[in-house]
Amino acid sequence: MKITTELVDHICGLSCLELQTEEKQDMTAQLEQIVAYMDVLNELDTTGIEPMSHVFPLKNVLREDEELPSQDRAELLACAPASDGEAFLVPKAVE
Amino acid sequence: MGPIELTALELGAAIKKGEVSVVEAVQAALEAISAQDRTLNAFITVAGEQALDRAKRLQAGMKDASSPLYGVPMAIKDNICTMGVETTCASKILSGFVPPYDAAVVERLRDAGAVSLGKLNMDEFAMGSTSETSSYGPVKNPWDLDRVPGGSSGGAAAAVAAGLGWYAVGSDTGGSIRQPASYCGLTGMKPTYGTVSRYGLVAYASSLDQIGPLCRDAADCAAVLDVLQGHDRRDATSLPGRHDRPGWTGPSADYGHLLSGLTGDVRGLRIGLPVDCYGDGLDPEVRRAVLTVAEVLKSRGAEVVELSFPVLGYAVPTYYIIAAAEASSNLSRFDGVRYGRRAEHHEGLADLYRKTRTQGFGAEVKRRILLGSFVLSSGYYDAYYKKALQVKAVIKAAFDEAFTRCDLLLTPVAPTTAPRLGESLSDPLQMYLSDVYTVSVNLAGLPGLSMPCGSDSKGLPIGAQLIGPHFGEGVLLNAAHAFQLDTDHHERVPKGGEPS
Repeated sequence: MKITTELVDHICGLSCLELQTEEKQDMTAQLEQIVAYMDVLNELDTTGIEPMSHVFPLKNVLREDEELPSQDRAELLACAPASDGEAFLVPKAVE
Repeated sequence: MGPIELTALELGAAIKKGEVSVVEAVQAALEAISAQDRTLNAFITVAGEQALDRAKRLQAGMKDASSPLYGVPMAIKDNICTMGVETTCASKILSGFVPPYDAAVVERLRDAGAVSLGKLNMDEFAMGSTSETSSYGPVKNPWDLDRVPGGSSGGAAAAVAAGLGWYAVGSDTGGSIRQPASYCGLTGMKPTYGTVSRYGLVAYASSLDQIGPLCRDAADCAAVLDVLQGHDRRDATSLPGRHDRPGWTGPSADYGHLLSGLTGDVRGLRIGLPVDCYGDGLDPEVRRAVLTVAEVLKSRGAEVVELSFPVLGYAVPTYYIIAAAEASSNLSRFDGVRYGRRAEHHEGLADLYRKTRTQGFGAEVKRRILLGSFVLSSGYYDAYYKKALQVKAVIKAAFDEAFTRCDLLLTPVAPTTAPRLGESLSDPLQMYLSDVYTVSVNLAGLPGLSMPCGSDSKGLPIGAQLIGPHFGEGVLLNAAHAFQLDTDHHERVPKGGEPS
């Protein structure tokens, strides 16, 4: 299928990424080549085949509900670019 | 013979007998690293002081030396979290990230008395087949410094091959342990999905990722896997051991007996040769070397069965659709809020996310995120993502059918030996295609082993792949061990190499 720069703009938006004009041209061409190659799957008739997300039949694996300590808040917040000691800090999200 | 020339198990035995101290072993490795790693670039972080401190404590506590790998220095791929030691995934976006916890495999290694020398270079977020997409620069192949070591666990393979540590722990999503092991002349293994906890492994494609060892021979691999494998409640896909969960009727593994199960006896073992894996696109020197494995095992009493594997051509597109889709979802967590780097200049929250990710990720990571967003997006989901999950079921069924006729499959690991640096970066699709023999193993959740089986006319190592049914690790390791009893390709690993 044809990958257009409009489509690349759309998936950049979905991915929270920005591409410069030249990068975008390269990426559009590469994605078109890769997606064209993926179209080989259409040769295979998969009518009626259940999509497989996990190779083992592991469903509803339940365990006892036990109380266990979680990570220390201060240690986790120390990994963040900005925090106030209680929460992660981000720019104002609601005007 | 200095400690560098020993295998991990030989060094473990020498430590136990008091012939080598843990501190001496760590010092030997650190000297090899400082002599060679400026050239190889296998390590992102060398944790020399921590390693020496730990070596002293282990030497003092020798009475607890129950593991055959007690005191043996090793190193860890930089996408596996290590408490107090920077974990970058070779990405700018995680530079400076020091995890407040250890991955499950790091805990298990510590309990077995391992000493970590540091963190190994890799393709950024394990996305690549050459270790050239690292933001810390490419890794060099110790067999030929103009060539790539393979990827994504390229630092792991280069380090062990050059004698900068006795074994390494990497991750394999589509061949990232087996292919670099092949390019560097090592024995490496991607275990059955669910048998090694992924807790603390920075996720690339969660349904395919699995942690495993890169070693100098099959016996070392068995010993390391005995440490790594086991049930872990913190990984929801972790499979219970046979005795972990009374009343459980689902799949379960018999953990911890791989090393003790190595007999070298392969009488009656049925080796499947999928003829589709020996056709067009395979280097004739690689074909010849891989087929010698069948001959050697036959001389020890194994049988060889030819069979067809008609779905081989669908493996790469299926893999890249599923892996990219999962990557686009997994990597959405890198947004400059909770860990890693944040873009300095931004206007509001959405712009902070965008700028942080745009500045923090490299080109290959962006390509896979965009591809993943595309195959999951409205209007294309059914044609690509859902289709790939259906083909995955077809591939899994083809393996099930093959394993009714044989006990393991013998294939090449890669179509060629190690390519030159720079050759693959300009053509991403070409790089993806070189994963043709390895990716189907991850799609079906099977164990796969890579071992050296010869060298080409340039003197570069050639790897053979053994693929087994679920929980077939013991069969694969025993076949590899049998091959290594009769051949010396694994001993050609440049143990120690030449100081540069």
